[in-house]
Amino acid sequence: MKHKTFLWFILPSAVAMLLFIALPVVSVLLQSVFAPHEQVIREVEKCDVFGCKKSTTVDVEATAALSEGAPLGRFVGTAIYTDRNHLALSEIGAIWSSSKGPGDFLDQIFNLPFYGALAFTLTYTALVTPFAILLGFCIALAVNAIPRLLRGPAIFFSLLPMIVTPLVGALILFWMVDARGILGVALQSLAGDPDLSVKASTPLMWAMLIVYGVWSSCPFAFVVYYAGLQTVPQDTLESAMIDGATRWQRLRYVIIPHLLPLTTFLVLIKIMDNFRVFEPIVSFNGGAHAQSLSYFIYADLTATNKLLSSAAATSVLTILGVIVLLSPVIVRTRRSFARAAS
Amino acid sequence: MTMSIRGLALSALWGTTALAGAANADCGIAAGKVSIIGNDFPAVHTVADAAAACGTGTVGVKTNLTKDHEKLNAPGMTANPAEYSAAIISSSSLVTLMSAGLVRPLDDLIAAHGADIPRNQMVTIDGKVMAVAFMANAQHMFYRKDLLDAAGVAPPKTYEELLAAAGKVRDGGTASPFCSTYGVGWNLGQEFVNMYLGMGGAFFKPGTAEPAINNEKGVAALEMMKALSGYMNPDFLTFDSNAVTAEWEAGNCAIATLWGSRAGVLMDGKESAPGVAENTMAVATPSAGGSSFPATTLWWDGWSIATNVSDEDAAASFLAMKAGIAPSILTPDTMGQAVWMIEGYQPTPAAQGVAESIAGGAPSYPMEPYMGAMHMAADGNIADFLTGKEDAATALADIEAAYTAAAKEGGFLK
Amino acid sequence: MTSSVAGHRSLPLQALLAGFLILWIVVAAFPFFWTLWGSFKVEGDFFSRADWANALTGPMTRAETGGAFTGQGYYGAWITNEFWRAGLNTLIVVVSVVTISLAFGTLGGYALARSGHRYVFWILMIALVFRAMPHLTLVSGYLLPFFQWNLWGHLPTAIIVLVAINQPFTLWMLTSFFQNIPKDLDESAMVDGCSRFQAFRLVIIPVMWPGVITTGLFSFLLAYNDFAVTAMLLDQQNQTMIPRIASFLGTTQTKGNVMFAVSAVVSATAPLFLLVMVFQRQIVSGLTAGAVKG
Repeated sequence: MKHKTFLWFILPSAVAMLLFIALPVVSVLLQSVFAPHEQVIREVEKCDVFGCKKSTTVDVEATAALSEGAPLGRFVGTAIYTDRNHLALSEIGAIWSSSKGPGDFLDQIFNLPFYGALAFTLTYTALVTPFAILLGFCIALAVNAIPRLLRGPAIFFSLLPMIVTPLVGALILFWMVDARGILGVALQSLAGDPDLSVKASTPLMWAMLIVYGVWSSCPFAFVVYYAGLQTVPQDTLESAMIDGATRWQRLRYVIIPHLLPLTTFLVLIKIMDNFRVFEPIVSFNGGAHAQSLSYFIYADLTATNKLLSSAAATSVLTILGVIVLLSPVIVRTRRSFARAAS
Repeated sequence: MTMSIRGLALSALWGTTALAGAANADCGIAAGKVSIIGNDFPAVHTVADAAAACGTGTVGVKTNLTKDHEKLNAPGMTANPAEYSAAIISSSSLVTLMSAGLVRPLDDLIAAHGADIPRNQMVTIDGKVMAVAFMANAQHMFYRKDLLDAAGVAPPKTYEELLAAAGKVRDGGTASPFCSTYGVGWNLGQEFVNMYLGMGGAFFKPGTAEPAINNEKGVAALEMMKALSGYMNPDFLTFDSNAVTAEWEAGNCAIATLWGSRAGVLMDGKESAPGVAENTMAVATPSAGGSSFPATTLWWDGWSIATNVSDEDAAASFLAMKAGIAPSILTPDTMGQAVWMIEGYQPTPAAQGVAESIAGGAPSYPMEPYMGAMHMAADGNIADFLTGKEDAATALADIEAAYTAAAKEGGFLK
Repeated sequence: MTSSVAGHRSLPLQALLAGFLILWIVVAAFPFFWTLWGSFKVEGDFFSRADWANALTGPMTRAETGGAFTGQGYYGAWITNEFWRAGLNTLIVVVSVVTISLAFGTLGGYALARSGHRYVFWILMIALVFRAMPHLTLVSGYLLPFFQWNLWGHLPTAIIVLVAINQPFTLWMLTSFFQNIPKDLDESAMVDGCSRFQAFRLVIIPVMWPGVITTGLFSFLLAYNDFAVTAMLLDQQNQTMIPRIASFLGTTQTKGNVMFAVSAVVSATAPLFLLVMVFQRQIVSGLTAGAVKG
């Protein structure tokens, strides 16, 4: 295709992305290396309806004078990236020299917010991604095998975990797994422990978040695979059958290779989505037991003292994390592109 | 006199229309644009509706009442001209707007148009009026009269007594007698603020943003929270106000600390198990650590006017908001919506807890510009202590470290 | 064709597949049916702290309303709180987002699938990095400029933002679909004298529906269920369903009405059922038709 034709075709999409994603990305990069100016603090008397007391306030004029001519703020370089609430480099150094052994060292590292969150985020991503994709694949195979008339309802019901807004879906599930909810009681009788509470223990909370993650994201894999299954070349399948291939062999040598590009796509998307997990943590009030990088971004942006630079730095670290995780897939894709081009 | 519901609704409609017609003249606004942002709950709706009644052909009044108001008000008022000419704010969100210079001193406007606003409603910072308050709120104690009587204990006046009382109620068969909002996200930080200030602690070295919580009072506050958690439902780290409300209504709690603004719901008998609502008492928060005042923080809700609007719009907004909190908004319907700080307010029994906490001399929520960072640092680092993963001193050190990093970023600390 | 393959399945295997599917559908749909049932109860029963079985028997619903079922939640959401306004806004947003996303995406995806130049890989990679950006960060970055330029609060703003945020995904998905459509189809049309765009319009559009419908389904769900963008970028009167449902849930200080939210969610799912029923035929028939040529 000619460059010019290509440009016209891609233009609307590119403009939308440049304006609403690329520009914000640039501003996020800037924001992560610039922090707010030094605030001039003044001691004052504050009186409200309940009485007066000594307090402090920001001297707006003096602070504005300080920030004259530097609208971006104060350049701090990588200071935000390396501070205690992010990569915590100097804290790690201190822990390294003071720790009493590898166990203690790891304990102290995971007590740092970033690494604690990273541990959960990586566990979540590593478990939810393969299980959701595998489960989605099995559902697609099963739905594809039932009579056509039943497929519509089967598709709809399989999509339900994805359709019902997490806002309320998670609220209801959160209630169902309560120690007195229907699923919580079922779990208690299964485990034979009447005091079992999913919400009170860290391992169970992790397990619940991961199960919820698989449950809510496998419909996506299902739909993609289901669409893919419809395009499996029938003549190849039939000739394989004539050659006496077993069902398993057909699955292994015809269907799975055909769905491989879709699998690559699913792995890319799911790793990315799972690495950014935060909605279930918020809906399940799980912040005491599990945190993720995106949860910190959410906390920074919704706090009274908004930490925009911190949120920007965490966002950049999230993107870098995604790139690192995806790099094997990206390298593979690049090779296949090179092959296609040659 | 009997009146059908429909008739009542119609007359109410006529009433508001007539009122609105009268209010147009009463607001005294010649021209201007008014745009109000605020939270989304009934009391704020009442105020915003009364302000919106000032709208005429030449005066446009818009309102945007949303739970996300704290995320929207600062950017909306940074724009010039500002999207919002008036913001309904609370103790903590005023500070954010003020630190960025987004709200204007109201002294000139009060001199010109607001002579009748009572002095005690004004929030004055460094001698300048920055906001006008209209309602108060606080987390305070609720207790079940029947359960405490059955256990033979008097309503506790201190947290130490509360622990003993909770123990006795538990012996009587209530498994988790104490309920409180210990959920991580914001609530847990708020509980620590209440307890630590209640013990007489101070968050910062005077006049600076240096943290000062890693001390005996900090340890005592955390230890008290842990002792209380022993009487709570094992899921306490996920409990928000909705969870505590539901627990209370189901009759699972004997004592609770919860927002005063939820007292009406706990006492109205709707959705409650039999015998719960009529035995629900709202009183002052207990004191802690030998202090003489309730271990809670007082909150107010009020309004401010934006800096980045024309003087005409500012005056129009001021007059509209003044009409929004006029004594005439208090009707039998709205009286129970909040603990109003407006003349003519008749406290309901549900307001007693807030009133007693105010009378007891509880401190107001700290208004240092960096308090929000401290609140969130505390919120994020206490759970590890409560679940037994680390000791109190480590938790306090973690809070200070997390706060320091945030305050350095914000330019409050070097 | 697929059914003919299914016809050869041995009985145990069919039983295994059916059993698995039934188990899955129970797991997937049970919470929804529980919610559907509970939406006709009062909050004290559906979220009962005494006994979960109250949600089934409904003692408080009986005590408060006199019947075993109540429509209070639906009445409160739809009539008292005018939830239909939010539904209307959602309809506008969803239809616009899906249409624009697919229009932009098919053009771009087609070009990416057919170009063969080295930069295609990099464009796709950059799109991927764009997609990695947490939405919350993006949205909080929009606020100030949108307020400054008076773009904030309007439906078109939210629509175009959702389209842009959704573009990387749409491009990736459609590119992989177009790669499966054989090149000779449009190239032979161009040999016959069509321009590139004519070839796209006359030859490719007719066979691309399956991929487009699947992609459209995801655009639809993204726009339909979006909370981050619509809650932060829309004014109160332009609110869509999800932020409206969130507002039923109350604040820290005041109690909301959870049953309004539950009823609203249940009733918002009904149109989706119809939608999936209509389009599942399209997915199957369209895709199979396209696949025959592959």
